[in-house]
Amino acid sequence: MSYNWNWGIFWEASPEGVGTYLTMLLMGLRWTVATALLAWVVALVFGSIVGVMRTLPGRTIGIVASAYVEFFRNIPLLVQLFLWYFVLPELLPQAAGMWLKQLPNAPFWTGAIGVGLYMSARIAEQLRAGIKSLPRGQAMAGTALGLTTVQTYRYVLLPMAYRIIMPPLTSEFLNTIKNTSVALTIGLMELTARARAMQEFSFQVFEAFTAATLLYLALNAIVVFGMRRLEKAVAVPGYIAGK
Amino acid sequence: MPMIEINAVSKWYGPQFQVLKDCTTAIEKGEVVVVCGPSGSGKSTLIKCVNALEPFQAGTIRVDGINLADPSTDLPKLRARIGMVFQHFELFPHLKITENLCLAQEKVLGRSRDEAMSRAMSLLDRVGLREHAHKFPGQLSGGQQQRVAIARALAMDPIAMLFDEPTSALDPEMITEVLDVMVELAREGMTMMVVTHEMGFARKVAHRVIFMDKGEIIEDRPKDEFFGTPRSERAQIFLSKILAH
Ligand SMILES: Nc1ncnc2c1ncn2[C@@H]1O[C@H](COP(=O)(O)OP(=O)(O)O)[C@@H](O)[C@H]1O
Ligand SMILES: [Mg+2]
Repeated sequence: MSYNWNWGIFWEASPEGVGTYLTMLLMGLRWTVATALLAWVVALVFGSIVGVMRTLPGRTIGIVASAYVEFFRNIPLLVQLFLWYFVLPELLPQAAGMWLKQLPNAPFWTGAIGVGLYMSARIAEQLRAGIKSLPRGQAMAGTALGLTTVQTYRYVLLPMAYRIIMPPLTSEFLNTIKNTSVALTIGLMELTARARAMQEFSFQVFEAFTAATLLYLALNAIVVFGMRRLEKAVAVPGYIAGK
Repeated sequence: MPMIEINAVSKWYGPQFQVLKDCTTAIEKGEVVVVCGPSGSGKSTLIKCVNALEPFQAGTIRVDGINLADPSTDLPKLRARIGMVFQHFELFPHLKITENLCLAQEKVLGRSRDEAMSRAMSLLDRVGLREHAHKFPGQLSGGQQQRVAIARALAMDPIAMLFDEPTSALDPEMITEVLDVMVELAREGMTMMVVTHEMGFARKVAHRVIFMDKGEIIEDRPKDEFFGTPRSERAQIFLSKILAH
């Protein structure tokens, strides 16, 4: 194989006109981070609501919540993004559809919210498992003290459930970051898209994807480190899981 | 008017299994009633019905004259006035002991932090745990946790206390410290409904003993009568079994 290694490529001017190939990749990283963060917030908010709904006694609420989970979990992420990006605007009333299509940074908003909703189904399942793993007596004790259902969740069940699911949440956060790369298919110029662009313009495919890989790894390392710190910070003294 | 009035209560789990069968009894203000019976006889279910933690399909329960089944009854408000102590303590593990005692005082009764805290500290004093106030539940022994749980219930200034086998998850050497707190409470005139197999406790402070079997109240009699000559064969067999060890 005759491949011309050129690690200096990163300092060469990019065809985008501003900056080098390195700045081009870093711009991509910025979009990846922004998309992942927004997606994570969406995933946590919707995942928490749906996860709690799945633990409530009401039958209708439970059915709605599990339909939500099945829908977002079982349709491939790629298809979901296409649905939101290409199909949804056509289904909406014309004005709303136009507004969506012309939204500045539409791939970003669609990508972030789409990945977020996809991930929310998984968060919902994690949270449901976390709540279910608590002794039944915990909710009873809250209720017996006169707390309302909302208060029991807010002050008794959720603080422990979130602590318990911290390790799986970390890996869902990492999945969220990885999944943002799918948004390149709807035109989001995130890290993977930029690495591909770099490869197409410079033919330095190995350098481009090595750099992208390292940047993803660095991002993951930061998340893992941060989540570990958080886990330690909220650890409950004397608490032994399963007791 | 009795403090707790249970009238012809029946409860089913599913269409087949009747867990409570036409249970009727009443507990007067200041009365201490011990509920005993074989495992699975419905004791926990009955006691949970009293503060509406479990729904029931037939009969009525009134607490302090308030009908639980009345749609206008504010259940959280009513439950806040009935203390409950569980077999497995059910302290909130992520909250310090003080926070365990303050949470419902503040969120349900609307007490200020200072008010709640001073009530909490005086109750911790009373159960002998003041020096543990700033620990977490997981850092206490079972007996200490159960005393905290009793203090947490008392912090709400309840009109009655329900206990569901408060000592049966404890190592033997810790049972006394919990029973002592309960005996003191009984002697102060607290209305108590206590599911327990601690017949020593029953003999010491109970006014009445209820014996349940298979969802039915088989005996409901003054303590002395119950320990003297329980009428039913089932109660006699049960008593001889638990008094044997
Ligand atoms: N949620 C439930 N669903 C179905 N059966 C239950 C449920 N809770 C308790 N039971 C059954 O009801 C019966 C009475 O239970 P319980 O009141 O806990 O008895 P006890 O406290 O006297 O040991 C038992 O046979 C138990 O298996
Ligand atoms: Mg029981």
